[in-house]
Amino acid sequence: MRYLPKSDPVRQRMLREIGIENVDELFAHIPEYCRLTRALDIPTGRSEPEIIDFFRHCAALNAAGYTSFLGAGSYYHYRPSLIDNLISRGEWFTAYTPYQPEISQGTLQAVFEFQTLVCQLTAMDVANASMYDGSTAMTEAVLMAIRVTGKSDILVARSVHPHYRETLVTNTHHRGFPVTEIPFQPDGQIDGSRLEQAITSNTAAVVVQSPNFFGSIEDWKTLAHLAHSKNALLIAVITDPVSLGLLAPPAEADIVAMEIQGFGIPTSFGGPYAGVIASKERYLRSLPGRLAGEARDSEGRRGFVLTLSTREQHIRREKATSNICTNQALCALMATIFMSVYGRRGLRELAQQNLAKASYAAGEFQRQGMEVLFPAPRFHEFVVRLPRTAAGYQPRLTQHHMIGGLPLHRYYPELGETALFCVTEAVSRARIDEMVQLYSGQSQPSLNESALAGARQE
Amino acid sequence: MSTTPRAARHIVQNEELLFEISEPGKAAYQLPELDVPPANVAALGERARSDIAGFPELSEIEIIRHFTRLSTWNYGVDTGLYPLGSCTMKYNPRVNEFVARLDAIAGAHPLQPEELSQGALRIMDLLSQYLLEICGMDAITLQPAAGAQGELTGILLIRAALQARGNARRLVLIPDSAHGTNPATAAIAGYEIAKLSSNAQGTVDMASLDRLMTDQVAALMLTNPNTLGIFEEDIHRIADLVHQRGGFLYMDGANMNALVGRARPGDFGVDVMHLNLHKTFSTPHGGGGPGSGPVAVKAELEPFLPTPVLTRRPNGALTLEEDRPHSIGRMRAFAGSFGMLVRALAYIMANGSDGLKQTTEDAVLNANYIRTRLKDVYALSYDTPTMHECVFSDKLQARKADVHTGDIAKRLIDYGFHPYTVSFPLIAPGAMMIEPTESASKRELDEFIAALRAIAQEVDTEPETVKTAPHTTRVSRMDEVAAARKPRLRWTED
Repeated sequence: MRYLPKSDPVRQRMLREIGIENVDELFAHIPEYCRLTRALDIPTGRSEPEIIDFFRHCAALNAAGYTSFLGAGSYYHYRPSLIDNLISRGEWFTAYTPYQPEISQGTLQAVFEFQTLVCQLTAMDVANASMYDGSTAMTEAVLMAIRVTGKSDILVARSVHPHYRETLVTNTHHRGFPVTEIPFQPDGQIDGSRLEQAITSNTAAVVVQSPNFFGSIEDWKTLAHLAHSKNALLIAVITDPVSLGLLAPPAEADIVAMEIQGFGIPTSFGGPYAGVIASKERYLRSLPGRLAGEARDSEGRRGFVLTLSTREQHIRREKATSNICTNQALCALMATIFMSVYGRRGLRELAQQNLAKASYAAGEFQRQGMEVLFPAPRFHEFVVRLPRTAAGYQPRLTQHHMIGGLPLHRYYPELGETALFCVTEAVSRARIDEMVQLYSGQSQPSLNESALAGARQE
Repeated sequence: MSTTPRAARHIVQNEELLFEISEPGKAAYQLPELDVPPANVAALGERARSDIAGFPELSEIEIIRHFTRLSTWNYGVDTGLYPLGSCTMKYNPRVNEFVARLDAIAGAHPLQPEELSQGALRIMDLLSQYLLEICGMDAITLQPAAGAQGELTGILLIRAALQARGNARRLVLIPDSAHGTNPATAAIAGYEIAKLSSNAQGTVDMASLDRLMTDQVAALMLTNPNTLGIFEEDIHRIADLVHQRGGFLYMDGANMNALVGRARPGDFGVDVMHLNLHKTFSTPHGGGGPGSGPVAVKAELEPFLPTPVLTRRPNGALTLEEDRPHSIGRMRAFAGSFGMLVRALAYIMANGSDGLKQTTEDAVLNANYIRTRLKDVYALSYDTPTMHECVFSDKLQARKADVHTGDIAKRLIDYGFHPYTVSFPLIAPGAMMIEPTESASKRELDEFIAALRAIAQEVDTEPETVKTAPHTTRVSRMDEVAAARKPRLRWTED
């Protein structure tokens, strides 16, 4: 086996030095009834080209080279080539958690930079080193709010990503923390009066996503005022961090739970992504997850260490703030590189392009006489009402190598036949036009015609 | 202690923070020209921000140098032996990285139509089959994001199954040798923890188990082989006792790399287990994640698996089924850390049944070789035979010169090795937990053994050298106490 740095004679020599004849003796203390006495029913080892062939074959069964209008928590932003180049260095991706700071300063400094960037972006005071993803970050933020407030009722906007809400329920219902959904208004924003009615002195947290699942932007100031009037915490959920290049940060919130996939992490059929929790300084001791902090060595030089680990499971065991051990360090590193590449001006310009493309696409739908729901200001996602079953459009879109908007019926039956579209900087105007035409049925160009049309417009 | 100026003034060794090298006006990005009318930012009013104060401005070459320089301050599996016990720091094959980055794999959207996702689903299906065969279990979910989330999934499955029988019960039994995630998980799943003491051999004490295993115990969470590297020889009696009293046996699969191809948890009474793909199945640790923690179960628990569940339609197409009335629900967004699943499958394919078994044997051989060659200079915590890792104690060195496991670990850095796991498991005082994995050659093991033997000598002749180690690194020991007292967790301009 090519990954094993040993020859059979060396194995024999090592066995003799241990004082045994046969490798079976190393397993002799496994009781006989536990031993597997046959070979595993898995084919024998494959060569590298055979493995690549297999995965290329699988890749060909997936959508390849399609233009996609899917978002909904997983976003297509251009990934600068620096990212994979840098993270492919073995010192980054084959290291583990920086338990030994003297030989982990690279990871620790990068985590410290990540924490700083997230604070700057979200207008929070502290941020952790990352969590599994946005959905689990949101759940952990809620558990954090319950610890902080000593209360247990949770109010969550129905316009929060459906998977995030499901994850929250899985993690809270067995502990008896009631979760109540707050509906949205016809303009797409959370229904403020229903929220006001629902908040009580038992409310631990109000959980709101912005831009929300429909792309609508919420008003943090008003929401914070409502939450704080009953001593509840406001948890701001963000599913695409690119939005913060342009949108006001949730400075009035108490905790921010954010998915950072949009910052250069591949969509990769759902993961690995990374979440992060940021909060106001006063909640630091309740914050879950790893934290890198500045330190000095014995000669006074600056360095970084994992700190405040007395919150964590390996020290606190059942009294820890969370059971989580790993974070998503490599994904957080991708995001750190992405943020460095775009920087102060670039992230704003990137966000502006997203806003421009999405408003253009929504405008084109309207121009074709189709209804775009929810008039409140949006970022790069919007909902369109469709005259036919949303999924019914896909076969024609497939002919054009396109994946259309996400049919919402499964998640929001009350919206009827609608689809959620996401348009990022990665999509050209020609493809937007082609897609809108396919949905509106105004024209039915063949694949070749549409390609020509696209070429002309470019 | 050396007083010579070390790398302190070396530019590559003193790379500053992104924010410190940032200068207004620099850029590393260029967006394509906008082909639609510009955004109406003014319409956003107060919803827009005007600036991201403090965000860096850098050029491309500076970013490349920054992260390249930082990387050289790290130690990885690619650098050398990384014998961190319980973490299984094995080689991360490069072909895994290659296939995970194929366009239609890395670029697949989690919500794209099923008919355009059959390749991704096939990868998940084949990996599921292989993992079930390796574990001897009946059904599996690939969704959990890492080991600790796998544990939580497993305990919630047990809770649901017990609830279906009428009583979710109150307690989870956990041996005192367990990983900290086990009690933390049980607590988050709403259970109280009852601690199960180990016996003089370092394994489960059957009398204590008999006493504690009441009708209020939902599960026993067991790591096998345990964190001392010892296989629980009484596993069948343990499983029988737990089952007779209506509980479930949960296995923490952190140490599954000692069993693959040699023994299957499903054959020795385990009901639920998680796997750490980043340990046994070679997905990279990435500086602390991402991991991936699939959970395999026996048939009784299958109806409760988290949604979505990978199944086949009558026409043979693979699908992610959401409509599962008994499911515990969703553990996270989307179907799993797919990129890690791709890598794990590539690893299993490369090894095959023959390679997987050889891998297990080499891992156990390496650990036993170290144990044999060091037990005359470091005290073994337990005499019981061990598998893929061995645990020594610092008691000889502590008694002789007040040198402790943490000091010896730091001194190993000077010899070019990553330290072993320090002070874990908690039941072995002064633990030095060594897991070489199969990825170490005999030559590298011999060098590692020689280093630890040399340190044992230094403890006799120059203990201060050991106590103040490391001496060859960019920075020396950090003042972690001061760092925690006045935490500085972000850069600010002052």
